[in-house]
Amino acid sequence: MRHVAIIGAGQAGSNLAAKLRELGFDGRITLIGDESHPPYQRPPLSKAYLTGKLAADRLALRGPSFYAERCIDLRLATKVTRILPADKRIELGPESLAYDGLVLATGAAPIPLPEAIGGSLANVFTLRTIGDVEAITPHIAAGKRALIVGGGYIGLEVAAALNQAAVDVTLVELQERILGRVAAAETAAYFRTLHAERGVKLLEGVGLVALEGQGSVGKAQLSDGSFVDVDFAIVGIGVRPNVALAEAAGLAVENGVSVDAQGRTSEAGIWAAGDCASFLWNGRRIRIESVPHAIDQAETVAANVLGAKRDYRPRPWFWSDQFDVKLQIAGLNGGYDRIVERKGAKPGSCSYWYFAGETLLACDAINDARAYMTAKKLIDAGRSPSPADVADGVLA
Amino acid sequence: MPTITFITAEGKQHAVTAEIGRSVMEIALEKNIPGVVAECNGSAACATCHCYFDPAFAAAIGPIGEHESDMLDFTASPRRPESRLSCQVRVADALDGMTVHIPAVQ
Repeated sequence: MRHVAIIGAGQAGSNLAAKLRELGFDGRITLIGDESHPPYQRPPLSKAYLTGKLAADRLALRGPSFYAERCIDLRLATKVTRILPADKRIELGPESLAYDGLVLATGAAPIPLPEAIGGSLANVFTLRTIGDVEAITPHIAAGKRALIVGGGYIGLEVAAALNQAAVDVTLVELQERILGRVAAAETAAYFRTLHAERGVKLLEGVGLVALEGQGSVGKAQLSDGSFVDVDFAIVGIGVRPNVALAEAAGLAVENGVSVDAQGRTSEAGIWAAGDCASFLWNGRRIRIESVPHAIDQAETVAANVLGAKRDYRPRPWFWSDQFDVKLQIAGLNGGYDRIVERKGAKPGSCSYWYFAGETLLACDAINDARAYMTAKKLIDAGRSPSPADVADGVLA
Repeated sequence: MPTITFITAEGKQHAVTAEIGRSVMEIALEKNIPGVVAECNGSAACATCHCYFDPAFAAAIGPIGEHESDMLDFTASPRRPESRLSCQVRVADALDGMTVHIPAVQ
């Protein structure tokens, strides 16, 4: 292995490059990102950074000298246009780059609002990059009216941040309740109450018919027949993995770039990691959209690029900050059939534990670090406490 | 700017100047100090920036938060009286000369 090229300079790509060096790889590393910023943290974009509570230079994942010191050739604002697996080459426009190992860390992109219902109007945004935030920021001012489309974590975090900046926020969720895809009704109920108390207008079971306006968005027609005046809109209806390069190169793609347990794609010498990669988990091909997963999978793939042949074992966890509430999530809840509530030690703290039969799958801990850390250790160790102990007992 | 000395589990010392107002975790990342993982980048959600702080500076560092204290009860390396999450400690002039020991595992 003489030259490892990494496509995508986000959390996974950045960690992969760093890990290769940490493991003693002394060949050439090229880390290619299409954004102009060096690798940075995305989670604060929908939280503190959105409302100016965090300066841009504090988003960087590493110090400014990090890449040069480690002889990592960081190529920013650079698009890879084609992968040629048979030649072991990638094309960056007119430039061609030979590789020995290639890693796809291309991430995911927000699903845009369809043009037919106003997606191309000005002041309609998605939120994934620093550039997106820079476009949104000038619109944030007291009394402005924002429409958030989608009641997932991004939508709710943005609603909270804007509300705290005195923006008048309406959030519409087409499904019958917020967090329908990612959390139990109990967790959703907690956050519904939180947002309602702070003055966010949360409309569940209400879809967006269309955004309307002359050039820029002015109002929204909703599926309940009502109209809402809108100064700007933020669309948070999920992401799609960035698979176009992989598909064009003939790699297997199913809900993301398909990889095996070691992170290998269907093509020899090409790996994938992070948001863009799909892997088997309990018989299903899943992707995990989270920073800790991006870090862990990238580090496993780095070892495997160097010949370790190590299986990736995800230990998923997530967090969300909304208003003064911290949600910490351990595990993946897919397939749960029961929720057990555990009261926290202080007011406003509680946790919801997801079981499939007697097996603990996941835990949503709300302002309850003890419950979260306990659940995480149990889940990582493959241990399940009894639901009765979860509800009202001592957990060790 | 105050100087803070990080000492890794292997005993290697890294003396760095630290910008006031940033967290000690941010300084460690910015200066590429190994051993401070900080998966959640300062949200006090992961406890992977746990460090042992010079007890002589306890008063200057300030009190520990309830959430932080709960997280510290579950760190990968043992909690000690001088344990803090470095993302929750802000750099100030009063911390000039402080040493911060990084644990063996996060």
